Amino acid sequence: MTVGTADEPGPLLRVRGLTKHFPTRGGRRRGGPVRAVDGLDFEVRAGETLGLVGESGCGKSTTGRLLVRLLEPTDGSIEFAGHDLTRAGRRQLRPLRAQLQIIFQDPYASLNPRHTVGRIIAMPLRVSRADPPGGTKARVRELMELVGLNPEHYNRYPHEFSGGQRQRVGIARALATRPRLVVADEPVSALDVSIQAQVVNLLRRLQRDLGLALILIAHDLAVVRHLCQRVAVMYLGRIVEIGDRDDIYERPQHPYTRALLSAVPNVGHLGPAGRLRLTGEVPTPLDPPSGCRFRTRCPKARDRCAVEEPALVRRGGGQATACHFPESGPLRPERGRATA
Amino acid sequence: MSLSPVDGTALVAIESGGPAGGSRDRRSVGRSPGQLAWLRLRGDRTAFVSGATLVLLVLVAFAAPLIELTYGIGPRDQFQGKLDGFGLPLGHAGGVSGEHFFGLEPGLGRDVFIRLVYGLRTSLFVAVSAAVLTAVIGVVLGTLAGYLGGWVDAVVTWVTDLTLALPFLVVALALIPTLTLRFHGQRDAVPPAFGVGVLIVIFALFGWTGTARLVRGQVIALREREFVAAARASGAGPGHMLFRQLLPNLWAPILVSFSLAVPQFITGEAALSFIGVGLTQETPSFGRMIYQSLAYLQTDPAFVLFPGVTIFALVFAVNLFGDALRDALDPKSAR
Repeated sequence: MTVGTADEPGPLLRVRGLTKHFPTRGGRRRGGPVRAVDGLDFEVRAGETLGLVGESGCGKSTTGRLLVRLLEPTDGSIEFAGHDLTRAGRRQLRPLRAQLQIIFQDPYASLNPRHTVGRIIAMPLRVSRADPPGGTKARVRELMELVGLNPEHYNRYPHEFSGGQRQRVGIARALATRPRLVVADEPVSALDVSIQAQVVNLLRRLQRDLGLALILIAHDLAVVRHLCQRVAVMYLGRIVEIGDRDDIYERPQHPYTRALLSAVPNVGHLGPAGRLRLTGEVPTPLDPPSGCRFRTRCPKARDRCAVEEPALVRRGGGQATACHFPESGPLRPERGRATA
Repeated sequence: MSLSPVDGTALVAIESGGPAGGSRDRRSVGRSPGQLAWLRLRGDRTAFVSGATLVLLVLVAFAAPLIELTYGIGPRDQFQGKLDGFGLPLGHAGGVSGEHFFGLEPGLGRDVFIRLVYGLRTSLFVAVSAAVLTAVIGVVLGTLAGYLGGWVDAVVTWVTDLTLALPFLVVALALIPTLTLRFHGQRDAVPPAFGVGVLIVIFALFGWTGTARLVRGQVIALREREFVAAARASGAGPGHMLFRQLLPNLWAPILVSFSLAVPQFITGEAALSFIGVGLTQETPSFGRMIYQSLAYLQTDPAFVLFPGVTIFALVFAVNLFGDALRDALDPKSAR
């Protein structure tokens, strides 16, 4: 709209050294902060889909909230369409916010119960003082149709909709200002499995039709595989492996990625087929291990891993891996594709 | 909120959003949470009875001069001729008759009924004004504390705790006579409006803490909800946040705490008048009347009965209605 054009050089989003530390209360005894996100680097090109996966507490959602500046980063920079989001004031931020929207996980908490869905979807338009051609109401009806809601339901309240429909309302709201990048924070994990597929397909269709860049935060590996061209695997606030979907899913190099993928239950092939079991717990982000953060649970850890932190580098293959002793080859040669 | 009596305010606020507007097209227009609450309230028999009682009492209070006109007796008219040698009213039950519905006051010989009508007016005015002030102070401070957090929250919480630590009766006992003496001499007549004003201010100073705490808690809970985050992610300013996102979700608790504050202030006014620091002698008030009547507990029990029953009915009705309102607005909290 007002900022940037479609054919500007470089990626749409460039994240450098993004860090978020949450101070702990009464921190004199325990000391350090919670290192929720600790130095992320990644890029998203226009129209590209990036999946952010990892187990609970690895900093996925914090990353999502940092990207739309619901949280202030402790360090690092987020460059969106050539503008540094981390250094923009509220006034400069407003036109950028219209191009960078978020879809939330919980369709019950993410809609104001006292507003009609029409008003909810129109909120970003109103807040950004956008004046769509044909008026706000026409735009809202168009959006409702786009996400598969009946525009007749404009004046209804959220409590009259099912979880899947509510999530569609949330998606329509995120699309109201014609954003170029949408962060979807676990958009389907609160929904029934049967509804998940519908919403996932809706997201895929919208992403293709509107040329959206999408950052999908999810722990469901099947959903990410279905939707994303590129995948970043996070562990304890860091990206351990990032690359094209097929490289990550078929030829993972990082031991954590391999363990994560092998943990996906294969409905068509039950039994203990080559599952890599991780032992122990995820270490606390209050005091992450020295060197490689995964070393406490890594089956291949050696002395070097405790001393030297591996850099996220590309060595052969399409992906970059943060590991001193990366693996190679397919994960489970005999296994079929993981399907939803 | 307006200065209208409690049930009027409650109904109007719930109705806004209006069933009238909603009935246009049943298929495509949903029912707002407010409309649903209104429907639940309408189906509640307790709410209906207590609401009707309240409406009646409020109408009586509003129409006091009209009633005086038709009744033919003013609140200060004295009927010494209808008292016996001890100053007690002649006739049965404190002089109840076709002329004096609730009998006469012993001593001065004033009509009890018309004094009750005006007393109702005083009580409702004091209680509703105090409740409105309380709600305004509580909502503003609670919202600021909850939304801004940080040192604002710390200060508001601290002041709340401080206010809660002050004993209400002791401060009222000390403050009201001091203020009266400060503005009016020892021998001057104190205008009734002054007493009413002081009472309202005292109630408001002590009453806001409950609402403030409630609203603060609600705002803190709402602030973390994702729809608020969605508004923030779109770059909404504090005005949009407070008035569009938060306040519509705060109406229910505010209304309920308002409607439960009213009876508290009615009894508070009566209690202060009873111990002699409330309203002036000539202002008709429930507390004053009950205080006066105690001397005649054995010789003229009817004089205790009429004000006692009226204040009981009023407070009971407001309380029941407040409960019904809470159940209607938040069905999950129902027992």
